[in-house]
Amino acid sequence: MRWQTGPAHELRVRIELTLNGLRVGADVDPLRRLLDFLREDRGLTGVKEGCGEGECGSCSVLVDGVLALSCLIPMGQMHGTTVLTIEGLTAEQTEGLSAIQEAMVAAGGIQCGICTPGIVLAAHALLLVRPQPTVDEIRNALAGNLCRCTGYTAIQRAVLQAARAHQENHA
Amino acid sequence: MSVGANVPRRDGFDKVTGRARYVDDLTCEGMLHGRTVRSPIPRGRLERIEYENGLPWDEIIVVTAADVPGTNRVKLIDLEQPFLVEQEIRHREEPVVLLAHEDRDLLARAVRGIRLVISAETPVLSLEHSRTEFLARTLEKGSVEAGLAEADVVVEGTYETGAQEHVYIEPQGMLAEPHPDGGVTIRGSLQCPYYIQPALALLLDLSPERVRVIQAATGGGFGGKEEYPSIIAGHAALLAVKSRRPVKIVYDRMEDMTATTKRHPSRIRHRTGVTRDGRLTALETEIVLDGGAYLTLSPVVLSRALIHAAGPYRWPNVRVKGRVMATSYPPHGAFRGFGAPQSIFALEVHLDRVAHAIGLDPIELRRRNLLRADDLTATGQAVDPGVDVGHVVDTALAESRYAERRVACTAANRGSLHVKRGIGVAAFMHGAGFTGNGEIALASRAGLQLSPDGTVTILTSSVEIGQGSATTHAQIVSATLGLPLAMIVSSASDTAIVPDSGPTVASRTAMVVGGLLARAGRELLETLREQAKLPGSHSVEDFQAAARRYSVDHGPLTVMVQYQRPPGRGWDDKKFTGDAYAGYGWACYVAEVVVDTRTGEVTVTDFHAVQEVGRVIHPVIARGQIEGGVAQGVGFALYEHVVWENGIMANPRLTNYIIPTSADMPEVHVRFLEVPLTSGPFGAKGLGELPLDGTAPAIVNAINMALGTQIASIPALPEVVLDALADRPGA
Amino acid sequence: MTASRWRAPRTVEEALAILSAEPDATPFAGGTDLMVLMRLGMLGAGQFVDLRGLSELRGISEDGEGLIVGALTTYSDMIASRLVVERYPLLAEAARVSGAWAVQNRGTVGGNIANASPAADTPPVLLVYDAQIELASRGGTRWLPYSQFHVGYKATRRKPGELITRFRLPDARGARGFYRKVGTRSAQAISKVCLAGLVRWQDSQLEDVRIALGSVAPTVLEARRTADYLRGRRSEAIDRGTARALLAAEIAPLDDIRSTAHYRRAVACNLLEQLLDETQPS
Repeated sequence: MRWQTGPAHELRVRIELTLNGLRVGADVDPLRRLLDFLREDRGLTGVKEGCGEGECGSCSVLVDGVLALSCLIPMGQMHGTTVLTIEGLTAEQTEGLSAIQEAMVAAGGIQCGICTPGIVLAAHALLLVRPQPTVDEIRNALAGNLCRCTGYTAIQRAVLQAARAHQENHA
Repeated sequence: MSVGANVPRRDGFDKVTGRARYVDDLTCEGMLHGRTVRSPIPRGRLERIEYENGLPWDEIIVVTAADVPGTNRVKLIDLEQPFLVEQEIRHREEPVVLLAHEDRDLLARAVRGIRLVISAETPVLSLEHSRTEFLARTLEKGSVEAGLAEADVVVEGTYETGAQEHVYIEPQGMLAEPHPDGGVTIRGSLQCPYYIQPALALLLDLSPERVRVIQAATGGGFGGKEEYPSIIAGHAALLAVKSRRPVKIVYDRMEDMTATTKRHPSRIRHRTGVTRDGRLTALETEIVLDGGAYLTLSPVVLSRALIHAAGPYRWPNVRVKGRVMATSYPPHGAFRGFGAPQSIFALEVHLDRVAHAIGLDPIELRRRNLLRADDLTATGQAVDPGVDVGHVVDTALAESRYAERRVACTAANRGSLHVKRGIGVAAFMHGAGFTGNGEIALASRAGLQLSPDGTVTILTSSVEIGQGSATTHAQIVSATLGLPLAMIVSSASDTAIVPDSGPTVASRTAMVVGGLLARAGRELLETLREQAKLPGSHSVEDFQAAARRYSVDHGPLTVMVQYQRPPGRGWDDKKFTGDAYAGYGWACYVAEVVVDTRTGEVTVTDFHAVQEVGRVIHPVIARGQIEGGVAQGVGFALYEHVVWENGIMANPRLTNYIIPTSADMPEVHVRFLEVPLTSGPFGAKGLGELPLDGTAPAIVNAINMALGTQIASIPALPEVVLDALADRPGA
Repeated sequence: MTASRWRAPRTVEEALAILSAEPDATPFAGGTDLMVLMRLGMLGAGQFVDLRGLSELRGISEDGEGLIVGALTTYSDMIASRLVVERYPLLAEAARVSGAWAVQNRGTVGGNIANASPAADTPPVLLVYDAQIELASRGGTRWLPYSQFHVGYKATRRKPGELITRFRLPDARGARGFYRKVGTRSAQAISKVCLAGLVRWQDSQLEDVRIALGSVAPTVLEARRTADYLRGRRSEAIDRGTARALLAAEIAPLDDIRSTAHYRRAVACNLLEQLLDETQPS
């Protein structure tokens, strides 16, 4: 059993999107995965491929503000969208790291790091809609991001820590 | 003092910003992609290779066994496994042909355009059918016959553990760059740079220094990247040498799961003698491991399984016989725990059965037989001085409120028809460092390099794979030298720079290699005191001044130290007696579960992990090792089922090989006890593998307590639980 | 696999015109199934029609007869819809267990039904809610009872050139619902078996009942004979053994990579009993 690729065609479509705050345009094969466009065409290697079938979540990005799996999205559907990757989230910070990134480092949410970009974006997506999530909400929101190193407890602590930090800053 | 503190993790920033570069993030000028063509059948003889017409074979790099410049054998414990099939095919997915090209689509078509003509032979696809024994060992003490005769009750049981796949979230990969002088540089996802170097030197007929190995950021290993990477590195190197271009091979998830190593499946039979008042009199055990098609690391997996088979108990009479059988499966290999999870699972589930047989509480049975301070293990080793195994168990029982929870589960079960609760325990130890004389054989070296400005660079081949070794090593050195962490530099993991400190495995990185670094630090201070006027008790400025002075007077300073066996009895590998490990972690885990008897679904609702580990260098990192290991243990116990069909893993996708998600894991309560080990750096002992030993038996004991079943194999899938319910007497 | 044609219509009319001219073209909704099939080399024709621009097909509303769900409504849409959560809770529940959050954001109910996997989580719910499915083509639209839509393994009544456009669920007020999906782990798992049930009690008489299961047949299965036995009975006249035996006889589970026929049969019967236990009038 193997992943397949078929014969190459010449078809290209014009896609314009906002990527990490920048307007970009490209002529791409409409079935090219958003993952490959980001990693190879745009050099954004912070987006990872762990399984290629939407099961591990390490390819997670935000598309139009909502958590999405870039290995399952064809470029043909990306016209007019807004994408945020880990690089974009990092660049958004005027100084240092975002609260969730700081918390992940401090709370032990990072070990080998391969799931980390996806987890950070999933947590970020959660905190956008649920600034003060419960542990169960965190567990469920992150259930699509597999981690083999941490056992998840430290990640959950990090998300709670980030939520608290945000609350304190806006209190 | 940095040891014992939660200092910032060195690799945290790069990982959390996406800047860390893993092998698939690396490219270089002129790079080709590489792919592997593998045997579609488990056993046979390669007759010929056919190349489909119509593909531009003249532009595709093709490598077969005939292209190997040196020796086509993977240097490990034996020299049997080829990098590429010559004629004999011993397992499915065995590599036969390597291809490289710039265009991945063309490459994929080329892979499909190769036909391997093989005359099939009958494979061996079960332990029962295997007639080939890789090796056998026996551990014996006293007389098992006498012990069984003395017993009031003899309890038998057979226990099985399945293969387990590592599922590091980053699949395996290597990038090889050829040099005009014939040498190669390897970059990749790996745990052991100094396994790869000699393996490639032999493969390519190069002297070792011409093989440079540099670790890229590595997304998890767990033993899966201990020995297997030598094979991919060799493949990438062969293509690179032939094409004279850099070649990158990265496995996709399916290839990784079907072709690489897994945990050795096991079948373990116990016959145990016990008196009516709960005194264990005899341990008779037979361990059979499935090694797959080649030996790889099976001898050491077996040794560890044997040594851990008796657990933390006092046995007057022991006979543990173990053997590894050859089958036609892709070879099994290193996986966190390395033989101990298998034998500890069997023993701990069996002891609950033994307790049941004499009507004794399972905790009480353990308590009556736990090793005391003056007892010896089955190999005749003394308990680590100062360690009170009973106290470890008592702490776990207290923290988990075991007695109270057990009563509560029983009461709840009386009032609940379908949903049952249970609580279970496992007591165990795990030897840290290489087994027996392994550390002596490794003769590891590690060192420190002093810069004129006083910064100190750590030189070891231990690699950061997520376990925090870069940080903990820096803490050890910082604390030894009395310098802030900012002055301690981690070098690149590059064989051109670092010495061979042995592999990053076996819970040895903090204890053994950290111990070398601490000694190097002490020698560095001594040198500066003798030769650069460093005062006996120094400030940071004193140290910087001494460093400057030394540099002016004597030039560069690198202190390199080599492993020395700590004082102790030594190990007799023939008789299997003596001090098997420099130190053990001692642990007791308690699991609470809820089982829905309508579906057999098991949920772990609470988990307490108590372990004595000498000294905790970094509490958050140490806790992370336990929490993460417990999650892998939960998968091992409940979800992770390798389905074998015709010699291959038939479920090689994350959609059907199930590991725990964040929604499956309860909060894991971790508690460390510390009885410093004299020979460990600041007293530290290894701890990374403990959770793979104790988690599964604690969970299965909890299930059996909840249901009155006798589940004896893992994974305890819902199907297994439902069948066990039906099998209960009177069900 | 790359596309030989990729069209992104902006209206349903445009989409139907394309499909009429190229009936073999593959409609592409959320893509969560299709992209996996593509990786496995199982995606057929190289012509695709991207449906994402058809916003008129996404949304949840109510009319006099019940709930209307557009085919491009995502799982997240259903989970967030007050209407669905309060009045068609089984639909929200099925959406909640249909994959992880990122998949829920993208996967659509129409795409799920068109993919026609017998292990899908939503079909049993649509069956017990007695849903209707609307299919549109250049020639017009037609409604079909959803119970008639699946005719065999991955075979449906969708004709070439047709698009699934809407679902209609009749008013379910007064009914008690049950839904349970059994998998290897809590989240993000393909089911070993799932059972949905909708019952109406009149005093202690089971006035109406519909039961449907996933992963026990080549298509989603409605357990008609079991329901017929139960319908009209007073609770004390329901013999559990008989009900179990009827269900066991009308499902056809297999051994596969995820589970066994034996397990699926046993658990399906247990879920039937759980349905009866939990939907009893108090």
